[in-house]
Amino acid sequence: MKNIKYLILRRVTQVTLLVLYFGANAYGWHILEGTFGSSLLFGKIPLADPYTTLQVLATGFVLGADVLLGAAIITLFYMVVGGRAFCSWVCPINMVTDLANWIRRRFKLDKEEVNYRFLKRNTRYWILVLGVLVSAVVGVAAFEVLSPITIMQRGIIFGFGAGLSVIVAVFLFDLFGVKNGWCGHLCPLGAAYSVIGQKSLIRVKHDHEACTACMECKVVCPENQVLWMINKKSVSVTDGECTNCGRCIDVCNDDALRFGIREIMQSQSIKEKR
Amino acid sequence: MANATNDRRKFMVKTVQSIGLATMGGLLWSGFAIEAEGSPLVLRPPGALPEEDFRQACIKCGLCAEACHNRESNIDKETGEQREGTIKMAKGGEEALIGTPFFVPRDVPCYMCDDIPCVPVCPSGALDMPSLLNEKGELDINKATMGLAVVHKESCIAFWGLQCDACYRACPLLDEAITLEYTQNERTGKHALLLPVVHSDICTGCGLCEKACVTEKPAIFVLPREYATGRVGDHYVKGWDKRDQQRAGLRKADEIETQTKRSEEKPVDYLNKEIEY
Repeated sequence: MKNIKYLILRRVTQVTLLVLYFGANAYGWHILEGTFGSSLLFGKIPLADPYTTLQVLATGFVLGADVLLGAAIITLFYMVVGGRAFCSWVCPINMVTDLANWIRRRFKLDKEEVNYRFLKRNTRYWILVLGVLVSAVVGVAAFEVLSPITIMQRGIIFGFGAGLSVIVAVFLFDLFGVKNGWCGHLCPLGAAYSVIGQKSLIRVKHDHEACTACMECKVVCPENQVLWMINKKSVSVTDGECTNCGRCIDVCNDDALRFGIREIMQSQSIKEKR
Repeated sequence: MANATNDRRKFMVKTVQSIGLATMGGLLWSGFAIEAEGSPLVLRPPGALPEEDFRQACIKCGLCAEACHNRESNIDKETGEQREGTIKMAKGGEEALIGTPFFVPRDVPCYMCDDIPCVPVCPSGALDMPSLLNEKGELDINKATMGLAVVHKESCIAFWGLQCDACYRACPLLDEAITLEYTQNERTGKHALLLPVVHSDICTGCGLCEKACVTEKPAIFVLPREYATGRVGDHYVKGWDKRDQQRAGLRKADEIETQTKRSEEKPVDYLNKEIEY
């Protein structure tokens, strides 16, 4: 159990949230209603996806106060607490891409064939901006037209349709195309949370003294560029692209990684040294 | 020196490349988004903004569909079990933009609940609650304009002379939104025709008539108002209607001149002209 603790916790969180959303429609529960676009917590507290909100605002529509308040609550939560935790603890597509990635590792696909490197990890920030521009030009929230995240969630709540193909496409892309292709290179929502969560408090901490440089963490990490300090420095992972998934902590056999609160002063000193 | 030029060239190429690829992506994406907008003939829940505005405003949360499905009245009277809701969430590849709520009256019509559960829950304002408030500030479903029922008289059996008033009886605004016009059946010479007539100022577009219609493909069906209504234009004023007459103001009839394209010619000229087809 030791090396899958956070993995299990994440799956439990993801599935619980989906069950709550599903129950809101199927059985009329009032715990978590709606979808990620905009939800109602306990029938009262509005929650809204900040990137979706931004796209709708870009179309020129003045959104209702509930959505704006909801987006502010979510933004504040990930900004202060979670960082990019949405991606690994909430998003249902994470289960799809994790499966693709697990198959990749299990069958050593990366060793056998070419891993196409035409995609850069910063592509997602371009898509993030492009999504807002296209929304403004076309007059519909552009990413929502093809977002596998909400398509999968709505599929689970209201039933799947032709939108299922987008989810299959993401799975195949991650499995046979680019490693961590969707979540780590393309997804503009993940990019939005990377930006929002730049300074969040909960962070993975590395203990350089305990590390034996087995590099298991780097193998399993979906954003392994954020683990530059492994076996080099005892600092926190402060990069906004870290999803706080905790897989590195799970696989570490030396207790060299753990969750902690970011040292406010530390980020300053890193910048100076780097 | 050569190195500096090289760096500059690299920078320029990279910049142009990035902008070019982003533009390409943007164009492809826009094209797809426009394609995905779906049919303009789709019917939206009560209080929905005009279709184009609605597509902008809807955040695709599904709260309206959930409220519709879970309303207390949504029980099958025979089995006592919960029925399918009226509002569906578009799954992609359907007539409506993916993720947006719509309804198909022939499957499940809108039952026009008094408390309109689907509208107050809308967080974005895509379902506009103020548009459904009456003078007293209460929700009034009769103010909904989801669509307008249209009768195709050739396939309506009442027009054949058969006795059918299924749509008339199904209408929640009985004898208001649909009335029966009695005329003589010329074919038999001794029977009556009871013809359904829809009144667009009352009809909400709920689609209960479409659901009730007995023909294989409904002879009465709901279309979005924009596609089921015409417009006279400003230059026709009802002289017998005092309120409409106000539009003409205090001007006397002989002072009013309506300028249209035809006014360029004298009536005698254009009436004598051969018609161009």
